[in-house]
Amino acid sequence: MSLTTAHSIVAPGAFSRRLAAVLVIAYALITMIPLVWIVLTGIKTPDDSIAYPPKILFSPSLEGYVNLFTTRTRQTPEFIATLPPATAWYDQLVRSRNMVIAGPSKYLQRYMNSLVIGFGSTFLAVVLGTIAAYAFSRFKVPLKDDLMFFILSTRMMPPIAVAIPIYLMYRQLGLMDSWLGMILLYTAVNLSLSVWLLKGFMDEIPREYEEAAMIDGYSRLQAFWKVVLPQASTGIAATAIFCLIFSWNEYAFAVLLTSGEAQTTPPFIPFIIGEGGQDWPAVAAGTTLFLVPIVVFTILLRKLLLRGITFGAVRR
Amino acid sequence: MSDMAEKHGLLSQMATPPTIVGRVRGLSDRGIAWLFIGPTMLLLLVINIFPLIWAVTLSFTNYRANRPNAPLKWIGLEHYSDILNDPDLWAGMQVTAHFVVATIVIETLLGFGLAYLIDRKFKSHGFWTTVILIPMMLSPAVVGNFWSFLFRPQIGLFNEIVSFVTGIPADSFAMIGDVDLAPWSIVIVDAWMWTPYVMLICLAGLRSIPNDIYEAAEVDRASPWRQFWSITLPMAMPFIMLAVLFRGIENFKMFDLVNLLTNGGPGSTTELASITLKREAFEKWRTGYASALAIILFVTIFGLGNIYVKALNRVKQR
Repeated sequence: MSLTTAHSIVAPGAFSRRLAAVLVIAYALITMIPLVWIVLTGIKTPDDSIAYPPKILFSPSLEGYVNLFTTRTRQTPEFIATLPPATAWYDQLVRSRNMVIAGPSKYLQRYMNSLVIGFGSTFLAVVLGTIAAYAFSRFKVPLKDDLMFFILSTRMMPPIAVAIPIYLMYRQLGLMDSWLGMILLYTAVNLSLSVWLLKGFMDEIPREYEEAAMIDGYSRLQAFWKVVLPQASTGIAATAIFCLIFSWNEYAFAVLLTSGEAQTTPPFIPFIIGEGGQDWPAVAAGTTLFLVPIVVFTILLRKLLLRGITFGAVRR
Repeated sequence: MSDMAEKHGLLSQMATPPTIVGRVRGLSDRGIAWLFIGPTMLLLLVINIFPLIWAVTLSFTNYRANRPNAPLKWIGLEHYSDILNDPDLWAGMQVTAHFVVATIVIETLLGFGLAYLIDRKFKSHGFWTTVILIPMMLSPAVVGNFWSFLFRPQIGLFNEIVSFVTGIPADSFAMIGDVDLAPWSIVIVDAWMWTPYVMLICLAGLRSIPNDIYEAAEVDRASPWRQFWSITLPMAMPFIMLAVLFRGIENFKMFDLVNLLTNGGPGSTTELASITLKREAFEKWRTGYASALAIILFVTIFGLGNIYVKALNRVKQR
C-alpha cells in the first residue's frame, strides 16, 4: 500500500489515472474517425465510396486523386481504340472508365491562390502587427486600452455583415475576385489576432535589454531591430502560423468575394463534381491535401495553441 | 517557467517608460509610436470602419446591389422596424439561440470533463491531447462539406455507426434531411470541432490551481467530492467562462460550417442568423434590409463582446 491517497490531485492513484487514460484515448479515437474516413475515401473508387453498407475494406485506387487534378470527357470505346495507346498510368486508369483526360482541373490553381493569399496576408498582418504591438507594449499611447479594444472588436463582426459593404466597395474599386483584395481583407481580419498576441509576447521581453542597448548608443529603432525582434522571434513565428491558418481556412469572405481568378480552396472543394453529383473520392482527396498542412502546423504549435486561440489572454 | 515570464510581462508593463535614454537621436518615441500604430489603424479604418459606416447608411435606404442604378430612396428606420416585427426573423433568432445554447452546454460538459481527465496526467497524455486538438484547427467549411457525406442515409458512415451501436436501421433516418434531426446535425459537428477548444482552456484553468491548496485540503480530510466543488470548480471558473463566452460569440455568428452542411435547411430549421443574412444580402439582393440586419447582429455581438473582454481581463489578472 502506498501512502498517497487515491483521490489526491497532487498524485492521482494508479486506477484513476488508468481510467482517465482509457476515456481520453477513447474520445481521441472516436474524434479521429471522420478524418480517417476522409483519407480513406480519397483512395477509394467512386463506386466503393458510395457503397451500402460503407466499405471499410476495399482495394485502394488513385482514381480520386487523378480525378481531382484533371477534367475528363466521356468517349465511346471505339473512339478510345483509335487513340495511340496510353503510356502513363493515369491515362490508362481514366481510359478504363471510358474517359479521356481533357486537361488539368482548377484545383492546383485554387491551391496556389490559397498559398498566395495566405502568405501575403500573413506577411502583412505580422509586419504591421509586430510594430503596432511594440508601440502598444513600450510607449505611452493615448487611449491605449480603447485602441486595443477597438482592434479586438473588429474581429467580432460577423463576416457576412462585413462582406456586404466590402462587396460594394470592392466592386467600385475593381478589387472583386483579386489577390490584392483578399490579401488586404485577410490582413485586416488577422491584425486583431496579430496585435493582441504579439503585444503579449513583447510584454514578456524585459525592457532592460533595450535600455541597456540604448545606453550603449543604439537608437530606439536600432534597439527594436537588433534587440527586441530577435527576442520576439518565437512569438512572431507562432503568430504567423496562426494568421496563416486563419487565411487558409477562411470561407465566408472567399465564397462571397471570389468566384474564379482569385478563388481559394475552401469554396472550391464542394464543387468538385463528377458525373452525377459530387465526386466524393476526388472531394476527399482535395480535402486531404488541403488539411494535411494544418495538421502538421497544429502539431508544431501545440505548446502555443492555447495562447493563440485566446488572443494571448491565457499564456501557459 | 511561464509564470516567471508572466510576472516579467506584468512588471515591465508597470515599470515607467525610460525618459532619460529615450529621445537621444533619430525619431522621438512619440513619433515612432504613431509611425508603428498608424498603418494598422489606417487599414482597420479602411477595411472595417468605413464599410461599417457605409452599411449603416445603406440600412436607411432601399438600395439593392444588383440594381445599382435604380433610384435610391431614403426610408429611415423602416427596415429596422420591419426586422424587429418580423415573426420569421424571430423564429430564426430562436434557431440561433437553440444552437448556441446546445453547443455551449455540450462543449462545456465534454470539454471540462476531458480536461479533468487529462489533468490526471496519465502516461502519453501530451500525445493524446494533441490528437484531440486537431479538429478545431481545420477549415469549418471544408469539414462541414465532408460531414454532409458522413450524414448521408445508407452510404454515410455516421448512420452506419449509429445503426451498429443502437440497431436502428441505417436507412431509416436522415440527419440533414429530417426537420427534427437537422438542428442536431449541426450541433454534433460543431461539438466535434470545438469541444477541444473548451477543453484546452479548461485544462489551463485546472493547471493554474496551485497544488498546495489540494495538499491543505488533504490535511483537512476534505473528501474528493468536496475538493472538486470547493476548489477545482470555483478556481477553474474564470477559464470556463472565457471559453463559454468565446464559443457563444463565435457560434452566434456561425456561418461557414452550417452553410455547407445544411445551408439552413430543411425549410429554415437550421437557418442561423448569418445564413438569413447571406440570403437577404446575396440571394434576394435586399442590400438595405440586410445591412439593417447586419447592424442589429453586430450590436448584439458587440454587447456580448464587451462582457467577454471584461471576463478576459479578470482571467489575465490571475
